[in-house]
Amino acid sequence: MALIYFRCIRMNHLFLHPSSPFTKKSGVLFCTLQASHAQVATQVNFQNQGKQKEKSIQTATKKTLEHHKHGYEAIIGIETHVQLSTLTKAFCSCPYLYGTRPNTTICPICMGLPGTLPVLNSKVVEFAVKLGLALNCELSMNSKFDRKQYFYPDLPKGYQISQFDVPIATKGFIDLDLPVEFGGGHRRFGITRIHMEEDAGKLLHSETGSYSQVDLNRAGVPLLEIVSEPDMRSGVEAAEYAAELQRLVRYLGVSNGNMQEGSLRCDVNISVRPTGQSQFGTKVEIKNMNSFSAMNRAIDYEISRQVLLHREGQSDQIVQETRLWDEAAQKTFTMRKKEGLADYRYFPEPDLPEVVLVKEYIDEIRQSLPELPEAKRRRYEKLGLSMQDVLFLANDNNVADFFDAAVENGADAKLAANWIMGDIAAYLKNERRTIDEIKLTPKELSELIAFIKNGTISGKIGKEILFELISKGGTVKSLIEEKDLVQIVDPATIGALVDKVLAANPKQLQQYRGGKTKLQGFFAGQVMKESKGKANPMLLNKILTEKLHAGS
Amino acid sequence: MYSIRVSPPGPHRFAFFAGPKPSLCGERVSARRSAMPSPIQNPRFLLYHRCLPLHFPPNPFPFPPNPRRLLHRSTAALSPQPAPAPQTLTSAVPPSSEILSIRESLLSRRKTAAEIAAEYLDRLRRTEQQLRSFLHVSETAMREAEEVDGLVESGAELGPLTGVLVAVKDNICTADMPSTGGSRILGSYRPAFDATAVKRLREAGAIIVGKTNLDEFGMGSTTESSGFQVTTNPWDVSRVPGGSSGGSAAAVSARQCVVSLGSDTGGSVRQPASFCGVVGMKPTYGRVSRFGLMAYASSLDVIGCFGSSVVDAAILLSAISGHDRLDATSSKHEVSDYASQLVSLDHLESKPLKGLRVGVIRETIGEGVDLGVMSSVQAAASHLEQLGSIVTEVSLPSFSLGLPAYYILASSEASSNLSRYDGVRYGYQATADELSSLYGDSRANGLGPEVKLRILMGTYALSAGYYDAYYKRAQQVRTLVRKSFKDALDKNDILISPAAPSAAYKIGEKTNDPLAMYAGDIMTVNVNLAGLPALVVPCGFVEGGPAGLPVGLQMIGAAFHEGKLLRVGHIFEQTLQNHRFIPPLLAET
Repeated sequence: MALIYFRCIRMNHLFLHPSSPFTKKSGVLFCTLQASHAQVATQVNFQNQGKQKEKSIQTATKKTLEHHKHGYEAIIGIETHVQLSTLTKAFCSCPYLYGTRPNTTICPICMGLPGTLPVLNSKVVEFAVKLGLALNCELSMNSKFDRKQYFYPDLPKGYQISQFDVPIATKGFIDLDLPVEFGGGHRRFGITRIHMEEDAGKLLHSETGSYSQVDLNRAGVPLLEIVSEPDMRSGVEAAEYAAELQRLVRYLGVSNGNMQEGSLRCDVNISVRPTGQSQFGTKVEIKNMNSFSAMNRAIDYEISRQVLLHREGQSDQIVQETRLWDEAAQKTFTMRKKEGLADYRYFPEPDLPEVVLVKEYIDEIRQSLPELPEAKRRRYEKLGLSMQDVLFLANDNNVADFFDAAVENGADAKLAANWIMGDIAAYLKNERRTIDEIKLTPKELSELIAFIKNGTISGKIGKEILFELISKGGTVKSLIEEKDLVQIVDPATIGALVDKVLAANPKQLQQYRGGKTKLQGFFAGQVMKESKGKANPMLLNKILTEKLHAGS
Repeated sequence: MYSIRVSPPGPHRFAFFAGPKPSLCGERVSARRSAMPSPIQNPRFLLYHRCLPLHFPPNPFPFPPNPRRLLHRSTAALSPQPAPAPQTLTSAVPPSSEILSIRESLLSRRKTAAEIAAEYLDRLRRTEQQLRSFLHVSETAMREAEEVDGLVESGAELGPLTGVLVAVKDNICTADMPSTGGSRILGSYRPAFDATAVKRLREAGAIIVGKTNLDEFGMGSTTESSGFQVTTNPWDVSRVPGGSSGGSAAAVSARQCVVSLGSDTGGSVRQPASFCGVVGMKPTYGRVSRFGLMAYASSLDVIGCFGSSVVDAAILLSAISGHDRLDATSSKHEVSDYASQLVSLDHLESKPLKGLRVGVIRETIGEGVDLGVMSSVQAAASHLEQLGSIVTEVSLPSFSLGLPAYYILASSEASSNLSRYDGVRYGYQATADELSSLYGDSRANGLGPEVKLRILMGTYALSAGYYDAYYKRAQQVRTLVRKSFKDALDKNDILISPAAPSAAYKIGEKTNDPLAMYAGDIMTVNVNLAGLPALVVPCGFVEGGPAGLPVGLQMIGAAFHEGKLLRVGHIFEQTLQNHRFIPPLLAET
């Protein structure tokens, strides 16, 4: 292999950002110059700051937005890049692993060395077809690749292999349910197209900004670009659209959908127009949002900004431009103004044959599709679960599978949902684990629910057992036996325990019988303690009351 | 189940459909001029108006009188007289395979590989000062030859190219030698890998003797556009060897190597073969892997072969052909052992080509073509006829459209393919303190004028608003060209034409007239547009230089019919009387 060493490139800030005087402020600007360029390095800084402020700002912007928005309508469309989790890159046999040392997963092909040629990874087509079907798209039986040409140091060939006029999938839609806390509601948003393309490398900028280094690890990694119709009207809708896409790609197993790693990147186009006007307003593109909540806030901020300009009669100040979301300032700001359309000089990629799909291939993929989030939600709804439960369970494929398996084992749906959303979810959150990493099996959860339901154990004991099961595994039955946790339901046994406690506390008994009836709680506690928590509480109380009164 | 069906490479890859068929070339020049609406609006490309009225003159088709079968009306005498004296006087031994004779020498222990290599390397050094056909000569060739001798000693099985010195055009990557593509921008570049063709050569036992000169990235027809040096023609060192594979052609002609690899995008193997009097084979698009060939125009580029005999070209082609998983456009079409199908002279019947239908492309014989070239080709046609084939004239109506379409498509693809030479990762890097000047200066200083011209043309043709008028239109023409070849090849087994409108011209003669130089590609570009195989065999001489200048006959076949072309070419070559294609430079040394 060639010696892998890249020269540093010295870059003039003004050249890269002719319109931006902010360039010196931070490295973010460099990174996000192109839609597909990584933001990872700089995103990390923002995350923590953002979280603290998140809530207060959310509510604040929400109020102002409602106020501002009256009489105006926002039109939102989203371009999403999804990085595919194929074993190898799109056109060569290099692996790609996020976070590996710069320039270690590269070869002459993804470096664009003279004489090298791309060969299509068939998994890319398979994944594109999967997503196309999942998004209810029409598939192009004959599609082709095109070259999108521009110069940038992270683009080794001087062109990106993409699809231009014949994308692999078009005209689809996505169904989703808005979160209950945002008012809920079902939405369907149109999908304009899905196309396959390759990712570019990354530029690592020096602290001083005087030079940059090229990392080509990511060059040639397959992406699907999903373009939505301009169907969204608010930050919440847009954020939920992105969240549903994330769910879909995770359900399908085509991507890890991780926004922080840049596996799911959204560029949002927003315009505002007076309600009732048919013509669209000038659209502004926003980039650099690394979470759904950031998307929500960035969009609502941008809508307010544009509505305000409209109100003040300064709508001419809304210009076609790319703005970046600044998480620290909770504002969008100009990155670059567009001076006419860039001419990418697309033409058909002569190194790759056409992509021809056959019906059997598509049918086979269609049959292999898992149950998708929308279908799952509708099914859960029919089980009688609340929308909040439905959304929670269907959000994560693994959680949904766990739930389904528990119900299959006979667990009551509502009870299973409660356990999963309550104690199990809390544990997972605290321990930062996923549901498939814990030792509790769906079968044991259903057993646990059954044992509580039939009174073998109390709910309190059930909880204790649950944590035991989660961390150590085992079966409910053996734990109950091993720890002798079976609830005492024999009235005679409980009666004996009560007698014992009453005998041991003559003073209190006297006080009780003297009218201090509050002491019943004390006796109940003592009996429960004596039974090691196993006495059936209802029975205990009944017998205790009887015995307390019997003697008077 | 593997269900991604991928359309076959070659002729069907571009599914552009022609609109209403434009009225193509009429019978007469004047009619053509007025009736034909120019499909290409850029006057730069209106070459055929100026210099390519290649139709037959209305009357004489000056084939020599033929006792058996009069081809055309004409009984006119040959004019002018072809072939100056010297060659006709030398003993007319038909060319024999150097590869087979090397193999014979090694197997019979008559000569060692080291002796053979020394012989070639010695000749290479003696002639190189005048020819300048190599950009780099291997330092390990002698050692490799000694290793071959060890292999021979050990009695191991020898590959078909064992001990054969092969020169490789410098736009084909070699891991152990620089590969510059003839460009200053890759002046210091050494690839990390061997091209698939080179890898296969090595596997067949070949010794890569060096890297040959070319027009920068294959863009040119004379090898004068090389970023490094001008190669001369062994037949007359004041003339060009043709291009862009001029170095590879000259090296074989002067026997600086046994055989060589070239690349052919618009004629870059066939035209220099013709100029240098050697055999040149341009295979079907996709027959040979392009992996490791520096892309000029990806949909047209093929790696081709040079040899001093058809057998050598056939052996070389067999060695490098076949599907390659590193090239998605390479074909899975079966590769036959081309050389084994070539019958030796002794076994030839009196009419070995009996029944072979040969079409002379009408548009390639006529005005714009040197008279000497024309008569050589006509003599060749007559020779084929004597061998039993049925020679008729065939018209390719879209022929003249091919040249402008070719230059649009090739330039468009080149503008894209050459984007990677940006000074960032490898090759020449200008000193610059900001990105735009890094790009600008690296490319301005690293690339030569012809390359820049074509990048500009291609960028223009692909620009928004021009794409439909140029690139898309040219693709439509390409579909037409393909169709007219298909029609002609349905009626004929092979088509013939000159390989170039003239023999080798003087160095510098056309450097200031790029259009005249582009026009010289008229004979060959259509074949690339159609993706077909074509073989050029020396067929005669015209006056010029100390010993006359060779003329090549181009034979064009249907896709993947290389075997047929080689069989016909071999019989033609073995039965050609009174010509010996040994350049004077070689005779002197």
